[in-house]
Amino acid sequence: MPPTLEQPGISQAASDPMCPEPYRVASVSRETHDTFTLSLEPARGVPAAGFEPGQFSMLYVFGVGELPISISGDPEQAGRLTYTVRSVGPATQALVSRATGDWLGVRGPFGTAWPLEAVRGKDVLIIAGGIGLAPLRPAIYHILKHRDDYVRLIVLYGARCPGDLLYKKELAAWGRSPDTQVLTTVDYGGMNWRGRVGVVTTLFRHLRMHPDKTVAFICGPEIMMRYVITELEENRGVLPSDIYLSIERNMKCAVGFCGHCQYGPYFICKDGPVFCYQKLRGLLGKHEL
Amino acid sequence: MESLEPILAKHAFFEGLDPAYLKLLVGCASNVRFDPGAYVIRQGEEARHFYLIRQGRIALETRAPQRPPIVIETLDEGDILGWSWLIPPYLWRFDARIVEPTRAIALDGKCLRMKCDDNHDLGYELLKRFAHIVTQRLQATRLQLLDIYAPHA
Repeated sequence: MPPTLEQPGISQAASDPMCPEPYRVASVSRETHDTFTLSLEPARGVPAAGFEPGQFSMLYVFGVGELPISISGDPEQAGRLTYTVRSVGPATQALVSRATGDWLGVRGPFGTAWPLEAVRGKDVLIIAGGIGLAPLRPAIYHILKHRDDYVRLIVLYGARCPGDLLYKKELAAWGRSPDTQVLTTVDYGGMNWRGRVGVVTTLFRHLRMHPDKTVAFICGPEIMMRYVITELEENRGVLPSDIYLSIERNMKCAVGFCGHCQYGPYFICKDGPVFCYQKLRGLLGKHEL
Repeated sequence: MESLEPILAKHAFFEGLDPAYLKLLVGCASNVRFDPGAYVIRQGEEARHFYLIRQGRIALETRAPQRPPIVIETLDEGDILGWSWLIPPYLWRFDARIVEPTRAIALDGKCLRMKCDDNHDLGYELLKRFAHIVTQRLQATRLQLLDIYAPHA
């Protein structure tokens, strides 16, 4: 049986999970042409919220709207929350347009986390697509800081084109760590691109896996995750109980009241976003769900 | 000189293949090297070989008017390049450009077809292995066509 995913953030936010805390933008850095990383610090006198890798916050751009955004920073870096945001609409555009010193409202963190304690002693295979690397980055930081607790760390990362690859310097640095393999690919590469071209599932060809000793964490577009799960389960023999994925839906309240993010019997905000695939087997890919 | 038989046996494509078949195949095999920028195959030309990539990187490309060649996929160590030698009219459908210095084993298609005609068990084994690769590439191409990382995809 897979371990029960805990919700470490709920208790912290439970005092009034609907009330945003003021946070100041400490830095903004451009990752790609449309994706930015924001670091936020709490207002003076307010302790920064701790979080577990895989959790998300609700970020409120005053007068514009509130958005669920996964935390992409180091869970052991106290006093600061980091988010990587892709500008795809008016609210995300407003969020990435904040400047250093601007204020935002923050609720959370909310939701379930990657089961890093439960998978100690295993090979951890991380598969990310596009901005899906952001919710997985805290898990990678954790594994690299507690390297003896895990065996191999393998990161497979696919993006649309070379310019869309996130955290390029970090990817290179992670790949130089002991017992760590980082493979990247892009769906479309130009003539000057010397890296791999092909969807993220093509990277499996370059792996030697021990399915009984491997646990997989996946985050990316849902259709990509379905293809990846097919590869893991049918071609590689990884058990559904050893596969975890982060699901995205339209989250509003973030505490399971409003029902906007209902997914079959689950609320993504409260029961997820990280799920064991065993729980979602009959749901993933179901029409109109 | 190093025999190619152990190299063929170690390649993922031939994993688990009956050693008797490997002995048949090795007669059609030769070692090849390519430098970056070279074209291993050209669209429309006769497909005389397929390649087991031992080291390096090759880009599969297609051409379109008034734009640079489009890279469809790259192939690396352990991959197979080319199945047009197996299917009439035996013409390449894409270009293959060397990205990184590449070492490979080239297998002569005409030689293989003759051996497969003589030994249908060998032919069936090879067809199964190629069918697996064709299926994998078809699935990957379908996913690629969805352009899943595009905004509002």
